[in-house]
Amino acid sequence: MMGEEAEILPLSALQHFLYCPRQCALIHIEKVWEENRFTAEGRILHTRVDSGDSGKRGQVSEDRAVPIRSQRLGLYGVADVLEMRPGPDGKSIPFPVEYKRGSPKIEPWDRAQLCAQAICMEEMLDVEIPEGAIFYGTPRRREKVVFNQELRELVQINCQQMHELMKNGVTPQAEYGQRCRGCSLVRACMPKLGKKQKVETYLLKGLQE
Amino acid sequence: MKKLLNTLYITSQGSYLSKDGECVVVKSAEGQKKRFPVHVLDGVVCFGNVLCSPFLMGHCAEKGLSLSFLTERGRYLAAVHGPQSGNVLLRREQYRQADDPDAAARVARGVVAGKVANSRAVLRRCLRDYSDRVDVERVQGAVGVLDGCARRLRSPVSLDEIRGLEGLAANTYFGVFDELVLSKEQAFGFNGRVRRPPLDNVNCLLSFVYTLLAHDVRSALEAVGLDPQVGFLHRDRPGRPGLALDMMEEFRSFLADRLVLSLINRGEVETKGFTKKESGAVFMDDNTRKTVLTAWQKRKTDEVTHPFLSEKIPLGLAFHVQARLLARYLRKDLEGYPPFFWK
Repeated sequence: MMGEEAEILPLSALQHFLYCPRQCALIHIEKVWEENRFTAEGRILHTRVDSGDSGKRGQVSEDRAVPIRSQRLGLYGVADVLEMRPGPDGKSIPFPVEYKRGSPKIEPWDRAQLCAQAICMEEMLDVEIPEGAIFYGTPRRREKVVFNQELRELVQINCQQMHELMKNGVTPQAEYGQRCRGCSLVRACMPKLGKKQKVETYLLKGLQE
Repeated sequence: MKKLLNTLYITSQGSYLSKDGECVVVKSAEGQKKRFPVHVLDGVVCFGNVLCSPFLMGHCAEKGLSLSFLTERGRYLAAVHGPQSGNVLLRREQYRQADDPDAAARVARGVVAGKVANSRAVLRRCLRDYSDRVDVERVQGAVGVLDGCARRLRSPVSLDEIRGLEGLAANTYFGVFDELVLSKEQAFGFNGRVRRPPLDNVNCLLSFVYTLLAHDVRSALEAVGLDPQVGFLHRDRPGRPGLALDMMEEFRSFLADRLVLSLINRGEVETKGFTKKESGAVFMDDNTRKTVLTAWQKRKTDEVTHPFLSEKIPLGLAFHVQARLLARYLRKDLEGYPPFFWK
């Protein structure tokens, strides 16, 4: 049911959702700063894609900016790099690689996004994809990601919750925390708003003689 | 992150605006060229006969710059918008609450509370600073009436009553506004607010500054995805930016009116800058208009502490903050709409 055309969501939304459901709602429901964010993201992606060359490196063929989607997850998007590696039985095994500007994180945001990409490719190519990698800009290094059951379940559950959030269209209340400091939407989100004085008290104070 | 950026006002007739890379190129009728990088701009406002290339229009729309066209005298004509236009769920909620008199009254109460308190603060400031030069008793009387309006607004009131209070507050405030004009020049006498057309110099200045205010408030509302036409205090009327007018109520007295007063009282605008037409309508010349635009831009850079958020912001961002607070209220992050109270 998740994959209905009208309900399909961009892959980036899953990462936003994992980071903070409110951030996801602000971007994908409220359309806050969407333009700035996406133009910026798009530009970065493009310079990367344009600079790279598709083709063969040894036995590994490489395709860049690959459009992908999954009915089951209700997600669509573009994978940075899809490597096709020779398998033991002669058939090639897809190996997705995602590029990130930052450094490796303890939280599973990036790994989940890559895993979601793998699930998309599995559905499209009807193969099993055991692993992929994330290339981090600092340090410039590839981190291998194994798509184990735990990670797949995390993707599945969060996808479901995210689709529910989108369907209800209600932005979750803010929870101020560590994450807010690194969030580019903090101005629009106003996460401390709920902790301010009551609006009625403020109004009465302003109306005093 | 939202920053206060410059607005580019084009008043020279016959100018041509085009895009060159990431720059706006302004070519005057005489052929001189000036370039402005897009990333330092928040909007472009064209007065009168100013032409604009479609590529620049597209670029502005894409970058989220407001690009507006006004008549030479400042009446709003049109604006360029990109394909994305905010959040439909927010606008639907705005329409629902605007249709419900009780819900509309809750927003309108906040807006009028801001208007009453700020008008009163302007009069009080005048009493404090110029008690030797104004008719204290008269101004004090007006403050008393505004106190009465404020008292009524301290408890929930019906939409009709709020509209009544708004009218009373406006009449009371403009009833003594001439006291605030300290210039002894006859040319800046004020006999009440007259619009369309303004019949004296003070009204001419007020109308123009209100146009600038309306423009900025409107862009702020659009930027957060609200429909500037559908108001809570102001009833719908085709072509009227009801919500922009609502939100302007908080800013008129301390921002627009005080700007006009300081231009007059400091002698920055002069009698010879105004002409009276046969009909009695008053217009200002190009130089006066430029003086007002410069003063407006400069005023927006003044730092203020937002009374509700307790955060320091440039005054020009206050429209955006208020628009966002309204959006957050409509989306139920807040239990009321907190207006901007000027201290």
